[in-house]
Amino acid sequence: MNAEELLTFAARRISGRYEVDEFGYDAELNDKVILELLRPLYRHWFRVETIGLHNLPPDGALVVANHSGTLPVDALMLQVALHDEAGRAVRLLGADLVHRLPLLGHLSRKTGHTLACKEDADRLLRKGELVGVFPEGFKGIGKPWSQRYKLQRFGRGGFVASAIRAGVPIVPCSIVGAEEIYPKIGELRLPARLLGLPYLPITPLFPWFGPLGLVPLPSKWLIEFGEPIRSDEVDPAEADDPMVVFELTDQVRETIQRSLNALRLRRGPAFFL
Amino acid sequence: MSPVTRTVLVTGISRHIGARLASVLAADPAISRVIGVDTVPPTSLTRDGGAQLNPLGRVEFVRVDLRSADIAQVIAAADIDTVVHMSLMSGPAGSRPAMKEHNVIGTMQLLAACQRSETVRRVVVRSTTAVYGSSPTDPAVFTEDSEPVEVPHTGYGKDAFEVEGYVRGYARRRPDVVTTTLRFANFIGPKVDSPLTRYFRAPILPTVLGFDPRLQFVHEDDGVEVLRRAALDDHPGVFNVAGDGVLLLSQCLRRARRFWIPVPAPAFRFLGEGARALGRMDFTPDQLALMSHGRVVDSGKLADEFGWVPKFTTASAFDDFLQTRSTR
Repeated sequence: MNAEELLTFAARRISGRYEVDEFGYDAELNDKVILELLRPLYRHWFRVETIGLHNLPPDGALVVANHSGTLPVDALMLQVALHDEAGRAVRLLGADLVHRLPLLGHLSRKTGHTLACKEDADRLLRKGELVGVFPEGFKGIGKPWSQRYKLQRFGRGGFVASAIRAGVPIVPCSIVGAEEIYPKIGELRLPARLLGLPYLPITPLFPWFGPLGLVPLPSKWLIEFGEPIRSDEVDPAEADDPMVVFELTDQVRETIQRSLNALRLRRGPAFFL
Repeated sequence: MSPVTRTVLVTGISRHIGARLASVLAADPAISRVIGVDTVPPTSLTRDGGAQLNPLGRVEFVRVDLRSADIAQVIAAADIDTVVHMSLMSGPAGSRPAMKEHNVIGTMQLLAACQRSETVRRVVVRSTTAVYGSSPTDPAVFTEDSEPVEVPHTGYGKDAFEVEGYVRGYARRRPDVVTTTLRFANFIGPKVDSPLTRYFRAPILPTVLGFDPRLQFVHEDDGVEVLRRAALDDHPGVFNVAGDGVLLLSQCLRRARRFWIPVPAPAFRFLGEGARALGRMDFTPDQLALMSHGRVVDSGKLADEFGWVPKFTTASAFDDFLQTRSTR
């Protein structure tokens, strides 16, 4: 942005004359401010590389990714990757815990996230948006270091049902690198329960070094988008058939697990010395 | 389509939208009589109009307390065929129990009278999107068939929720009568007086720290128009009515060029109670929920059924309100 653009941008923001969509997504704030803040982390800290961007269909699709790293940094990096490398705004479905929190809940809406529920997923997919989901949820992001790169159960397959109803392809997405940013070697169970959190991790740096422990380790990241899995071959009426949904869920899960294994080998060690 | 002689009953005409609707209907030559009922005579049009001598035209005013059974006599005496029920109060004018009685018992009495009537064949009820409640785990956009995640348990939302229950019961017992329920987003416009417009007129505005709710407005002109359309033609069902698009509270405040102070939720509630005690504003727990989590509805069903969309978007309705606010 040059000085003039910056001035009109500031004037527009101060006067409130900008668009926010019905989900609360503030595209301008997201592109010009939030992603800008995340970019150094993406480029220089994690040195993220993307593979298989051509697998993203031009229209609406559901990107299904593995979830790890204690804090949802992988979601934010996926967002930067899709914005910067593919020019796509991804609409992520988030846990209701995030939406219950002051500040974070509304900030996450402004960056285009919404609640992971059937209504919101269906509505976004119907509008032809690129929707991102992490079906492992807290089981994935909060798993211990010993379980790294082992996909957890994929919820109840609600995301597959949504894709079937909308007739959009599912793009399996494998993220390698997020597992190493905060290696979770233990858990503080009682404080977590008192704070109403799903877990409070012990990592090599946290809580020993206080806020410094929140600095993620600089692991090398790879994000791969796999070949789309068609869901439009299934009759939308079968979105309620648990058998059909489970089968497709398993297929997506196995695809991601396979590609995670290959991607890990390709990357080599997480930290360059 | 409709019979030649039409007699429309409008409840709640002492307040702004009700009075405007009654005068619009009275100006329609296709309608032979417009009867307006309320506990007090309509004043809102004469109050700031001034120039118009008799703005309500040929609207016949009958002073009736809806909570009494007198309404049945009015309906029986006048061969009324269309009832537009507008008298839902959004904020307690007096006490909360009085408001509840007015809203819920008033509706029960009115519907009881309609059920007895041989002439009533269309009932239009003004409801509110507050029936969906407001919680952090709501779907982003409510459609008419969404169940509220948290059923509103206080104030206006609860009343409207109960009123709608009685309307559904009535519609079941009298399937020959066309019932239309309109769930309005917050009304806004030059002359709307609601808890929310009073809030935006305050010099310094408290907001809930850490929350930036999505809000929707419907302009008073559009509100009157959709009620008029519902009164004149058969549009059975429940419909959301909101201006297109959304505004975040932060956008509203910036557009309004007002100072705002984010305060923690308990302090906001305390301020609300204080303002309520002073009679300045009304911040009930359901208002607090709205100011924290917001609420957005889909008005697509309205557009499909009525073949009409509100003229004002949420943003343009708010701007129109601001323009007239500054010249007051």
